[in-house]
Amino acid sequence: MPSKLSNLAAAAYALLLYGFIFLPVLVLITFSFQESRVPVPPFDGPSLKWYQAVLGDRRLIEALFNSIGVALVSSTVSVVLGFLAAFSLARYALPGTRLLQGLLTAPLTVSYLIIAMGLLVTFSELGVPKSLLTITIGHVVINLPLCFAIIFSQMGEHMRNAERAARDLGASEGQVMILVSVPMLWPAIFACFFLSVTFSWDEFIIAFMVSKFDVTLPVEIWSMLRSGLNPKTNAIGSIVFLISFVMVLLMEVVIFKRRKA
Amino acid sequence: MGETDSKGRGWALLAPALLWTLAFFIVPLVIMAVYSLWERSGMKLIRSVSFVNYDKFFEKSYFVGSLVNSIEVTLTVTVISVVLAYPLAWILAERVPRRWQRAALILAILPFWTSYVVRSYSWLLVLSEGGIISNFLLDVGLTVEPVSFANNRGATVVGFVHFFVMLLTLTIYANLSQLPPNYRRAAADLGAGPVRTFIHVILPLTLPGIMVGAFLTFVLCIGDYITPQILGGNRELLLPQTMMLQISRRSDFPMASSLAMILMVVVSLAYIASARWLKLERV
Repeated sequence: MPSKLSNLAAAAYALLLYGFIFLPVLVLITFSFQESRVPVPPFDGPSLKWYQAVLGDRRLIEALFNSIGVALVSSTVSVVLGFLAAFSLARYALPGTRLLQGLLTAPLTVSYLIIAMGLLVTFSELGVPKSLLTITIGHVVINLPLCFAIIFSQMGEHMRNAERAARDLGASEGQVMILVSVPMLWPAIFACFFLSVTFSWDEFIIAFMVSKFDVTLPVEIWSMLRSGLNPKTNAIGSIVFLISFVMVLLMEVVIFKRRKA
Repeated sequence: MGETDSKGRGWALLAPALLWTLAFFIVPLVIMAVYSLWERSGMKLIRSVSFVNYDKFFEKSYFVGSLVNSIEVTLTVTVISVVLAYPLAWILAERVPRRWQRAALILAILPFWTSYVVRSYSWLLVLSEGGIISNFLLDVGLTVEPVSFANNRGATVVGFVHFFVMLLTLTIYANLSQLPPNYRRAAADLGAGPVRTFIHVILPLTLPGIMVGAFLTFVLCIGDYITPQILGGNRELLLPQTMMLQISRRSDFPMASSLAMILMVVVSLAYIASARWLKLERV
């Protein structure tokens, strides 16, 4: 058994690191309720006026809805394309399967910055105007490989038998896919969707480089930073954090349920 | 259903994802590579192949220096993060009761899931003049004037370490929690104390988790623009910052493309150097 002293040391270390990890988040949230104009000590709140200021800021609210839209559309596209590709590579003996797998997951090994740069020169060379659509395209590039890899890893042998049984009973390929494979993969598909939404929601550099007038929330927050420290930035930052947090918890619940089952 | 018929259907299902990857990932990388060989002169784009941007990179200390800064910062961050994260991962795997482990882990990596922009801004609140730390030092009398810890390399490193401690805790924990307890028992039966068991048994077995985490740290850290820009400021530039400046100040896409290519080469070298430890499926 570990001694009392080493248990104490372990608890102290864990506490210290949790403190380090949560310090900035707690400061961010605390000073979003600041009364005065500067989000530094002493704390003189609590006040909700900076949240009101956020709600009254048309550009921020617009960016918020842009972010939600881009996240939902790009995640849906990523999950659908990822599922179809995973189904294809797991069930059809295509030549060069390993190479194709490598190609589909390749974007995972490249920095977002480089992906963003590539898209920027490509769109500018082809004269494609920067917009929410170009951001969405970029977010599918980063999330598709993830969705493909996760769903592909879940397409086990037990599913193949169920699919075969359905086929023997006269189901068409489309019916097999939608009525057998999708329900069996549901937790993985769900998790992929939330993961993609979270990544898209938080993504900055691609959204920054391939957007112009219509921007997503991280890009709008970035432009707010030019005016220095401001409790309003704390307020919107806390909202962003809260939404990411809810998303992760939802994902966890889904995965946890599957583990239990 | 014929053989070719089924193959055709397989390709049809694969096509959308494949075309997307080709059109918006492979083709852009190729175009970027071509751009890096062109040149921006004044307001014009000279579309003829040359290595002038790469020459410029190696000639000007402004560019090479930013790469050196990037590598220094990245290595510092990677080492500090591993050293800080390992004990935490170990405590989570060994000292926290099983039923609480998952909750403790999720808590430990919660701020991981928020955007770089918000996270870096939060550290600015902590480190800037009049911020939490400055205020604390004033309170305990260690300083008489507000001090700033932002706008330097240290702030960049702190911001990065915060993020990567969480990432590494995750990868190392995943590795530690999969170790069968028998190894430890065997080592103990053979007379090894806890320290020797750790050094000769546990540490080597968790090397894959460390290496995967360290590699991810290297790749994500060296390619990040936000953290150094918000926390480090403009006094000392990292490679992503010089790259973004080429775009925003000078619209020099060819030079920025060549910097991106150089970044890609550096990451590939890091991959080759650590490839024999990287078995991604183990994490």
